[in-house]
Amino acid sequence: MKQTLAEKLIASHAVVNGRRLTPDERSTLGADRFVEVEVDLVLANDITAPIAMREFAKLGVASVFDPRAVVFVADHFTPNKDIASAEHCALMRRFAVEQGLTHYYDVGRAGIEHVLLPEEGLVAPGDVVVGADSHTCTYGALGAFATGMGSTDIAVAMATGIVWMRVPRTIRVEFTGERQRWVGGKDLILRAIGELGVDGARYQALEFAGAVIDALPISGRFTMANMAIEAGAKAGLFCVDRITDSYLEGRTHRDRPGGELRADPDAVYESTLHLDVSDLDPQVALPHLPENVRSVGEVGEVSIDQVVIGSCTNGRLEDLREAAAILRGRRVHPGVRCIVLPGSQRVMLEATREGLIETFVLAGAAVSTPTCGPCLGGHMGVLASGERAVSTTNRNFRGRMGHPQSEVYLSGPAVAAASAVAGRIASPEEVLS
Amino acid sequence: MRICGTAWAYGDHVDTDAIIPARYLMTSDPHELASHCMEDIDKSFAGGVHPGDVLLAGENFGCGSSREHAPLAIQAAGIGCVVAASFARIFFRNALNIGLPVLVCPSAAREAETGQRMEVDLETGAIANRTLRTTHQAEPYPPFMLNLIAAGGWIEYTRRRLQAGEFNRSRTGH
Repeated sequence: MKQTLAEKLIASHAVVNGRRLTPDERSTLGADRFVEVEVDLVLANDITAPIAMREFAKLGVASVFDPRAVVFVADHFTPNKDIASAEHCALMRRFAVEQGLTHYYDVGRAGIEHVLLPEEGLVAPGDVVVGADSHTCTYGALGAFATGMGSTDIAVAMATGIVWMRVPRTIRVEFTGERQRWVGGKDLILRAIGELGVDGARYQALEFAGAVIDALPISGRFTMANMAIEAGAKAGLFCVDRITDSYLEGRTHRDRPGGELRADPDAVYESTLHLDVSDLDPQVALPHLPENVRSVGEVGEVSIDQVVIGSCTNGRLEDLREAAAILRGRRVHPGVRCIVLPGSQRVMLEATREGLIETFVLAGAAVSTPTCGPCLGGHMGVLASGERAVSTTNRNFRGRMGHPQSEVYLSGPAVAAASAVAGRIASPEEVLS
Repeated sequence: MRICGTAWAYGDHVDTDAIIPARYLMTSDPHELASHCMEDIDKSFAGGVHPGDVLLAGENFGCGSSREHAPLAIQAAGIGCVVAASFARIFFRNALNIGLPVLVCPSAAREAETGQRMEVDLETGAIANRTLRTTHQAEPYPPFMLNLIAAGGWIEYTRRRLQAGEFNRSRTGH
């Protein structure tokens, strides 16, 4: 049987009666089958770990299945925003110490989980990763089957190393043509979500392919895989190539599994979406759904109060470079608060060394320690009633970044930085000319 | 088991930020979460819901975050069953895992309006709208999920298997 990447990755980890599948069984595992799967990595954060720990305690085991494979990251309401969140973090820290978790990341040595884990070399191609965070699908950029689950599933995975899955069908999204300047991974994925709709890939995997993807830098791939969930997808997958390998070099300490990590050429897809990007301008998703996508030039006159540059979607060094290229020598509009959040301590350090942080500060932007804070209306940039933000994050649901009467427009870092200068939603070209 | 109560009806793409806004996620206490459930889209819900009421919604109910706080809040508010045209994947798993009944039934979900009298038979998946005098049949669960439900949920199912020594918990690789 010819298999999609999702089918191959799950088949390689599926277990029956405590044993992995034989090569024959693997090669015939297809979509819609229910299977139990051994996971390589289990993730939780300061919002989801406390419930996972509560459920874990009901299972009657003293320890996690492998203290090297359970990762806790304090990133959502950190640095602790109030007493309640401090208590949650304290609970999580105590559990991590008691269980001897090798990979427990706290303030000052951490970052936003989905920027941090790949950077630390914790995810390898071919892995199956589950996380109690919906954007766990980010690691599909490295050819890992990675998906978000709730705290109860994560509790069971912490105890046993096992989750159940229904093997998803796959939608292939093929990008062809010539990518224009200022069009990056964010614009490609927003365009795809605009076509698919926010539930167009529900229960399915997305597999990204085509000449544009073959040439797309790893940071853009992380951005795209990250937002697969915004089309309802279970995973957003990329095949492994020399761009993946060069990112992993010196980072990962684990061996790559044998065999090619790509779909069979005549695998069966649920559907294929073809997108020619030659005429594609930078994209913006209007409130209140990520599928409300338009070209930046079609948005019209929209004045803004805040710009957020960062997050698990666009908080990597390449994203900050793009924003700095526009903010360098310019000033943030007096009516706008611009907040820049490097995605990890390492991104912060590199951005400092490259002078990007200086550029942001001179432009009149606030630079924050890594945190998910403003993306979910948690802290560090909550919106008031009637306020509008342009944000490089991933969701623009009603009330997502604060008051239910506030609005969020999603974009890539270039449009966000240009809008910060213009005081309204603007294309990079408008600001640079 | 039969659920009888009042309908609370909503549209498509009700996201987890609408079910429980992130500003309340500093707690994981179900009753505290319930007191803020749905408040950004329906201020009357948390104060007006009664045990056994039925929440009905359109497509993609529970889209967005993986927060288990969302089904916990709905369950603690007293909702006996959620009926939707379709569910977002993570929400559906979470609801099953914590024992909040979730049924897929587009026809029942689309015609319902808040305030109508509903009756749901969880064993058969029969959904009756007593106000409109209509009946509907929910999609059956796949056998794999029926096993999980029969075992008392994913935690209970796993606990028994752990006691029986079914898992190889000494894997290496990292």
